[in-house]
Amino acid sequence: MGNAAAQKVPFWLDPKKRGIVFQIGTVCMVGLLAYYLISNVLINLEKQSIATGWGFLTKESSFEVGESLISYSSADTYARALLVGALNTLKVSFIGIVITVILGTVVGIARLSTNWLVSRLAKGYIEVMQDIPVLLQLFFWYAVFYETFPSPRQALNPITGVFLCNRGVAFAVPAAHPAHAYMLAALVVGLVLAFFLRRWAKKRQDRTGQSFPVFRVSAGMVVGFPLLAWLAFGAPTAMDVPKLVGFNFTGGLTLSPEFFALLMGLVLYTGAFVAEVVRAGIQSVSRGQQEAAMSIGLRPSQVLNLVILPQALRVIIPPLTSQMLNLTKNSSLAVAIGFPDFVSVANTTINQTGQSIEGVALIMAVYLFFSLSTSAFMNWYNKRVKLVER
Amino acid sequence: MEQTSADITASDDIRPPVASIGVIGWVRANLFDGWFNSLLTLATLYALWVVVPPIVRWVIIDAVWNTTGAECRDAAGACWSIIATNFRFILFGFYPYDQQWRPLVAMLLLFGLLYYSQDRKHWTKMLGYGWVAGLVAMGLLMRGGLLGLSSVETTKWGGLPLTLLLSVFGLTAAYPLGVILALGRQSRLPIIKWLCVVYIELIRGVPLISLLFMGSIIFPLFLPEGITINKILRAQVAIILFTAAYIAEVVRGGLQGMSRGQYEAAESLGLNYYLTMRLIILPQALKIVIPPTVSILISAFKDTSLVVIIALWDLLKTSQAVLSNPEWMGFSREAYIFIAILYFLGCFSMSNYSRRLERELDRDRP
Repeated sequence: MGNAAAQKVPFWLDPKKRGIVFQIGTVCMVGLLAYYLISNVLINLEKQSIATGWGFLTKESSFEVGESLISYSSADTYARALLVGALNTLKVSFIGIVITVILGTVVGIARLSTNWLVSRLAKGYIEVMQDIPVLLQLFFWYAVFYETFPSPRQALNPITGVFLCNRGVAFAVPAAHPAHAYMLAALVVGLVLAFFLRRWAKKRQDRTGQSFPVFRVSAGMVVGFPLLAWLAFGAPTAMDVPKLVGFNFTGGLTLSPEFFALLMGLVLYTGAFVAEVVRAGIQSVSRGQQEAAMSIGLRPSQVLNLVILPQALRVIIPPLTSQMLNLTKNSSLAVAIGFPDFVSVANTTINQTGQSIEGVALIMAVYLFFSLSTSAFMNWYNKRVKLVER
Repeated sequence: MEQTSADITASDDIRPPVASIGVIGWVRANLFDGWFNSLLTLATLYALWVVVPPIVRWVIIDAVWNTTGAECRDAAGACWSIIATNFRFILFGFYPYDQQWRPLVAMLLLFGLLYYSQDRKHWTKMLGYGWVAGLVAMGLLMRGGLLGLSSVETTKWGGLPLTLLLSVFGLTAAYPLGVILALGRQSRLPIIKWLCVVYIELIRGVPLISLLFMGSIIFPLFLPEGITINKILRAQVAIILFTAAYIAEVVRGGLQGMSRGQYEAAESLGLNYYLTMRLIILPQALKIVIPPTVSILISAFKDTSLVVIIALWDLLKTSQAVLSNPEWMGFSREAYIFIAILYFLGCFSMSNYSRRLERELDRDRP
C-alpha cells in the first residue's frame, strides 16, 4: 500500500525531492551571484591596476601611530602597525569592560534602591544614555577635552597628582621600585593558594560537614602577601608625579584625549545597558528564594553567595556578554575621533595601499574572531551553569 | 457578622499618625528610611547641589540665544545662537534653500503616519497601502523631477531628512529580508539553514562601520563597468544588510516561541509550508516580537549616525560643518547637545511606545 502510494507521487510533489531540488537551485544562484561579483571585481581591479594579495603586509608602513603598547615606528611593516591597532582595540575594550561592569552594577542596584531620589537618578541616567547615539557621545567628550580644558600650562588640578588639560589626563603613579615585582609575585602566590584552599575546604565540607571561612582567609592572603612584600622592601612611597616641561607633561601616566574620550563615551553608553541587565537579573530571583534560604538558617552572606547570585547570574551573564561584545564592536568608532584602534589603522592602510578588499576583510576577520571566541566561551559557560532539571 | 463589619468601619475612622501619611510620610518612607538611606539621600542632595546650579547657570541664565559668533565668545554661558543662526543648515544640509519646504513636508508626512500607526485599532491593510503611498510620496518630494517639482540630486540631501530616510527605508527593506532569514534558519533543509546561519552570525559579529566601509569602498568594485550607485544608496544597502541580521534573530525568537501544536494543527489541515507560515505561524510569531522589533528600530535610528564616518551629510556632519566655520569654532558642546536632544526625543518616544505596546499585548494574552 505504502509502496503503491509512493510510486504515484510525482517528484515535484514529494517534499524530500522538492527540498533537494530547491537547495540545489539556491546553491546554484548563490554560486552564480558570487561568480558574477568576483569576476566584476577582478575586471575592475585589473583596470585600476591594483594587485591583490597580502604582500603589502610586509612593506614599510611609513606612517606614525599615536599610541602603542609595543615599540613601533614608521619604519616598521604594515603588519606590525595593524598589530599595534589590534592591541589598542583590546586595551580600550578590556579597560572599558571592567569599568562598565562596575558602573552598570552600581547603577543597576541603585535603580532598585528603595531610596526614591537614588532610583530616579539612576533611571534618568539609563534613559538619557541609552537614547543618545554612542558616536555623538564620543564627539561630545572629545570636544569637551579640546574646547573646555585649558592648555597644559594652566592645567586643572582637581585632586593632588591628577592634571586635566587639552593634551590629556596625567596621573601620578608609584615610582618604579624593585619591590613592585615581588609584590606582583606575592599576589600570584596568594591567588594560587586561595584557589587550592577553596578546593580543600569544599572537599573537607563534603566529607565532614565542617565549614571553613574561605573568603576571609583568601582575601587576607591576596591582600596580605603583597603588603608583606611591600613592607619587607622598606615600604617605598615615592610617587612619579607628572611635571610640566615645556609645553607638555612628562613623568607619571598620561592618557591621551582620544583614549579618554573613547573610554568615557563607551563606558557611559554601555553602562546604561548593563545597568538594565543587572536590574532584570536581580528582579528575576523571586523573594521567596531569599526567605526560604533564610528560614533554613543560612547566614546573609551565604544567602547571597549560595542562593541569590547563582540564580541571578544565570539570567545576567548571556545579555552581559552581548553588551561586552557591543562595547568591543563600538570601540571601532575610535576611527571618528582619531584614536588608533584596529579599524583606524586598517583604514589608513587602505588609503595608502589601495588594498581595500584585504583591509575590510581583515577588519571583519579580527572582529569575527573576537565575537566567535567570546560566544564559544559563553556557550561552554552556559552549559556549565545550566539549570539541571529533574 | 454584623458586629465585625461595624468593628472594621469603627477602626477605619481612626486616622493613621501624621508621620506616616501625606508629604511627611512619603518623605520618611522613600528618603529617610533607616540611617543608610538617610545618609544616601543627604549625600545625593549635596552632590546635586554642587553639580546642578552651575549647569543651570551655563544652560539658561548666562546663555545667549540670538547673537553673532563674536558676541558669543564674551558670554559666560552656552551659546545657543549657533543653533538659532544655522538651524536650517543643520536640519536640511545643502538642500536648495528655497526648496526646503519639500523635505519638511516629507518629514511631517512621516511623523503623521507614525503618529496614526500608534493605535493598534488602525492596523489594517489600508494602513499598509497608506505607508507605501506615503513612502513613495516622500521619495518624490525629496527627489523631485515630477509634477513641476525641480529635481534635486541626492548628493545635496542631508540633515535630519537623511537620517530619517536611512532609518525608515532601512527598516522597511530589512524587515522582509530578516523574516526570510529567520525562516531559513529554522528550515529543515540543511543547505538553506547553513547559509542563513553563516550570514546572520557573520553580520552580527562585525561592527556596522566595517559594512559601511564595504559599501563605500568595495561595493563599487562589485558592479560591472559603467554602472555607479550613489553614496546614499550604498550606505542604505549596508544598513539594510546589517539590520536584517538583527531582525532575523528577533523573529527567530518569536518562531521558537510557537508551540509545536500550531505546526501540527496546520499540517493536519493540509496546509503546505507557505500557507502554514503565512496564515498560522508568522501572524502569531511576529505579534510576539513587536516590542523587540521597536528596539531594533531605535538602534537603527541611532546607528544611522555612523554614516558621518563615510562622509554623508547627516545631522552630525551638518553640525560639524557649521563648527568648522571660524565664526562658530569652539561651540561644539552646544551643537552636540542640540543633536543629542533631537535623537533623545526620537528614541525616548519610541521606547515609551514600545513599553506601552508591551503592556497592551500582555493584556491581550489569554
